[in-house]
Amino acid sequence: MKATETEIKINNLNVFHGNHHTLKNINIEIPKQKITVILGSSGCGKTTLLKCLNRLTDLYSNIKVKGEIIINGEDILHSKEDITDIRRKMGLLSQMPYPLPMNIYNNIAYGLKISGRNKKKYLNKRVEYYLKQINLWEEVKDRLKDPASSLSLGQQQRLCLARGLTVDPDIILADEPTSALDPVSSNAIEELFLNLKQHYTTVLVTHTLRQAKRIADYVVFMYLGEIIEQGPADEFFNNPKMDKTKSYLGGTSN
Amino acid sequence: MNCSFYRSLRNNISSAWMLSCLLFVMTIPLLIGIGLFLKSSLLLENNSILTLLFSKTWKPLNQNFGFYPFIISSIWVTLTAIVIAAPICLLTAIYLTQYSKKYFLKIMHPVIDILAGIPSVVYGVCGVLIIVPFISEIATIFGKHSSGYTILSGGIVLSIMITPFILNILIEIFKNIPDELQEASLSLGATKWETIKFVLIKKASPGIISSIGLGISRAFGETMAVLMVVGNVAKIPNNVLDPGYPLPALIANNYGEMLSIPMYDSALMFSALILFVVVLFFNIISRLIITKLEIY
Repeated sequence: MKATETEIKINNLNVFHGNHHTLKNINIEIPKQKITVILGSSGCGKTTLLKCLNRLTDLYSNIKVKGEIIINGEDILHSKEDITDIRRKMGLLSQMPYPLPMNIYNNIAYGLKISGRNKKKYLNKRVEYYLKQINLWEEVKDRLKDPASSLSLGQQQRLCLARGLTVDPDIILADEPTSALDPVSSNAIEELFLNLKQHYTTVLVTHTLRQAKRIADYVVFMYLGEIIEQGPADEFFNNPKMDKTKSYLGGTSN
Repeated sequence: MNCSFYRSLRNNISSAWMLSCLLFVMTIPLLIGIGLFLKSSLLLENNSILTLLFSKTWKPLNQNFGFYPFIISSIWVTLTAIVIAAPICLLTAIYLTQYSKKYFLKIMHPVIDILAGIPSVVYGVCGVLIIVPFISEIATIFGKHSSGYTILSGGIVLSIMITPFILNILIEIFKNIPDELQEASLSLGATKWETIKFVLIKKASPGIISSIGLGISRAFGETMAVLMVVGNVAKIPNNVLDPGYPLPALIANNYGEMLSIPMYDSALMFSALILFVVVLFFNIISRLIITKLEIY
């Protein structure tokens, strides 16, 4: 197996919600252009970990974050760089699709417009390009002016993925992106992740074991705010070392 | 079996109760509308509706009932109030829900409710004591003579009065926008202000429209506080520093006073009918705009 570069390095990350210690001493090296799956039952801090990565934790005054998250040699938690530039390096996909209150076209064009690219011709081309990348172009090309909320949930989620790609991120952060979708739409999203992984580093949060098995290259297993075990997918699934992992894989733990 | 009979009976009775309450609530506006129309029919039989609405002469003794000055005054006062209140409420609501700490919003809620609970006449007194002299001063600075009892005074007092109603709705609306929508926009590299401008306000737009619609309806019908500061001169105002005479003030000042004049009673009922129709109209318009915007 070829050696992989590290895209994100998390050192001693601790997060507190008020007095509650939600993430304890997290250390992960997320490999570049692979799918890293953060696995664990609900409430174990997976989503919080994801939000630390693009500092959406800043929005909530009761959350305190300590430690280091190093991307491209820079600690983004203590960076002087503009927060909007840091966030632009990462596309975010949340549990439920939240299309912006605009039409389909503008949902894609939004990220481009706010970064100053306003030429109509350029926008048209890029919108088509991204919609094709997520296999949505054929379905929506005649109704680009319709509100994005008129799409089905699965289509909306794909649209949200494309929206995240428009700002040319290096990283895709996905928070249980298929939990609200039907199996067909879920498969479509998983396929997309597999296709996109040659260009993007993906960090995916899920509690579905089967999904993790299908797409993970690297797995981080969390339980109550702590990392129990992490490692390459083959090793993790075939030869788990910790008891907690074994019972989770065996489906006996919740 | 007996038991189930009583259960289903109780079940039916309870829904019948709710239905009758609903019908009661629905009938009241209808009855008011019909009542006002019947009462003003005497005036409508003797004058064409266009003359009534657009004639400028108000000489009840000569049977000249031109409501134009009153309608225009009402519109001016209402517009002034909305123009002042709407932006203030919008910015306040955005600040309270997006920028300030949570506990501050908790403190502000009772403050806003107190504002809503102050009796109208108290606002009127404050207007007479503070705003009227203030406006008079301002007018002198601009080289105009004004008693201070003007459309602008009425508008300012009204804007304060409708603020809590608009603000409470706006706060609810902005609070109910899911955090994830904001996160989505921020993670695309938008600044907080861009997110508010392009996403949150857009998402909230049906609510913003309906809150303003409600504000207009309230402002149009507000009587006592406006009556005390607006001057009550039955002339068409040329600017906001002229006195005006809005419809509710006309009714409140004259009802029961000069009813010996023929058709005066009917004329006042007609002005009530105008108020009723205008408020209804604004409600319908804002409903329509909301359904058009809610698709997003």
